[in-house]
Amino acid sequence: MSTILSSSEIKELRRDFPILNQKVYGHPLVYLDNAATTQKPSQVLEVLDNYYKGFNANVHRGVHHLSQVATDAYEEARKTVADYIDAGEDHEVIFTRGTTEGINLVASCFGKAFLKPGDSVVITAMEHHSNIVPWQMICEEKGATLKVIPFDENGVLQLDKLDSLLDDSVRILAFTYVSNSLATVNPVKEIIAAAHNKNIPVLLDAAQAVQHMAVSVRELDVDFMVFSGHKIYGPTGIGILYGKREWLDKLPPYQGGGDMIKTVTLEKTIYNELPFKFEAGTPDIAGAIGLAAALKYVNSIGLGRIHDTEAALMDYAMEQLQKVDQLRMIGQAKNRSGAISFLLGSAHPFDTGELLDKQGIAVRTGHHCCQPVMDIFGIPGTVRASFAFYNTAGEIDALVAGLQRAARILL
Amino acid sequence: MATEHISNQTIEEAQQEIIDEFAFLTDWMDKYEMIIQMGKELPAIDEKYKVPENLIKGCQSQVWLHADFKEGKLIFTADSDALITKGLVALVVSVLSGHTPKEIIASDLHFVDDIGLKSHLSPTRSNGLLSMLKQIKHYAIAFNTLQH
Repeated sequence: MSTILSSSEIKELRRDFPILNQKVYGHPLVYLDNAATTQKPSQVLEVLDNYYKGFNANVHRGVHHLSQVATDAYEEARKTVADYIDAGEDHEVIFTRGTTEGINLVASCFGKAFLKPGDSVVITAMEHHSNIVPWQMICEEKGATLKVIPFDENGVLQLDKLDSLLDDSVRILAFTYVSNSLATVNPVKEIIAAAHNKNIPVLLDAAQAVQHMAVSVRELDVDFMVFSGHKIYGPTGIGILYGKREWLDKLPPYQGGGDMIKTVTLEKTIYNELPFKFEAGTPDIAGAIGLAAALKYVNSIGLGRIHDTEAALMDYAMEQLQKVDQLRMIGQAKNRSGAISFLLGSAHPFDTGELLDKQGIAVRTGHHCCQPVMDIFGIPGTVRASFAFYNTAGEIDALVAGLQRAARILL
Repeated sequence: MATEHISNQTIEEAQQEIIDEFAFLTDWMDKYEMIIQMGKELPAIDEKYKVPENLIKGCQSQVWLHADFKEGKLIFTADSDALITKGLVALVVSVLSGHTPKEIIASDLHFVDDIGLKSHLSPTRSNGLLSMLKQIKHYAIAFNTLQH
């Protein structure tokens, strides 16, 4: 049996995503902005609806029936996430608002506990702003230095520089699994092992990875990992921070409030244990349950099939885009996933994106929250088409035709 | 040297002309082709005015706007690194350039709405367009004050 979804299977799966079936400016919507956010299947929307209609209540607090049902569902969601990323225990899974909050949490709490003047933090030059700015902020506060692993003209990390960058001053390494602007898939296992070899813990930004490939935190032996629910067919406003218990126990709490405490007197507060220590206030209960529904949906199709289907679609897109005169790809790593970044001749990416939009084709344009990446290439931004398993070869053809029409106007 | 845009039309007549031209175009791609064509016909800004001080804030692409004051009239020249933006800039310049500060201050710019552009522009572009209109009115107010 083929591991690639057939066109009739994709057609059937698209029925789970009613939003895809609409016209934009008179053209059928071609949604190729999945790296920004994915669409949500009915299976997720129904779970959200059921929660609010059937068992909305605050969690971990009430003695009453609804609160118990909601708490069970919320904690069951944590278990689903733990299983999905192969965490050793459920309590290593912290619900956050998203990737950005997860990185801010680690940067802030890790920085508070472990960074001092003269120390350094290492990131790469292909990070999303959300994996740059929180580290800059904490480094500035603590008098530490931010060091950067560069990448080459193909968008591949220059790992020959890794050994010298990971010197005695480095307290933590934070980097992305898959680049959101270049689509490069980094050799994560190798990099983590190199850091661990020097006793340096690692935070992995898996926002562009977990929806495309199986990720096991135990196999990677990663210390912290973050991702967002909305990029994996779940609701917005929910995300995950995974941390090894040994590390999470060592970090101070992030925010103070309800749920994160064991006892409070006006003189002294005793903090709660994992995971509640990092979940102050009423969490996004619906979001957590919705995210679990999304992960179950992905599992019902099979991550392996999703991966193979998307890889085949990427290959088809790369082959078909050759037909567009003056199209140049930005980021040519051999191992890429989920997206193609490109420029159309000398046309400004906004112009290309806007003319695609008027033909019903949704892509992202601009710097993709990676201004340093654009600076390295000396460009204002790129056009990025990013894929999900529900995209079809026909949609790639529409993209190619749309680009050819835009090229006739712009070039 | 920059070519100047001197208009014999009133601001209202210029707006009406644009509205009429766009009325014939039903497909959005055709409208955008027209906008881009207008951009190509925009009188070039003198390179020396493409400086950071002349950049319009609030535009994602770069837009430079320069104002000259000649014989009581404001003459605008502009440029952008993006073609659609340049076209939109050209529309605004063709309507407002060559008029007195008073006329510009008093003008009611309705053509962007009338040709249906406002609701179809991406939010960042439409914000950029508003920033540009605001900047032009600022110039007009400033030169009007200087005159008196």
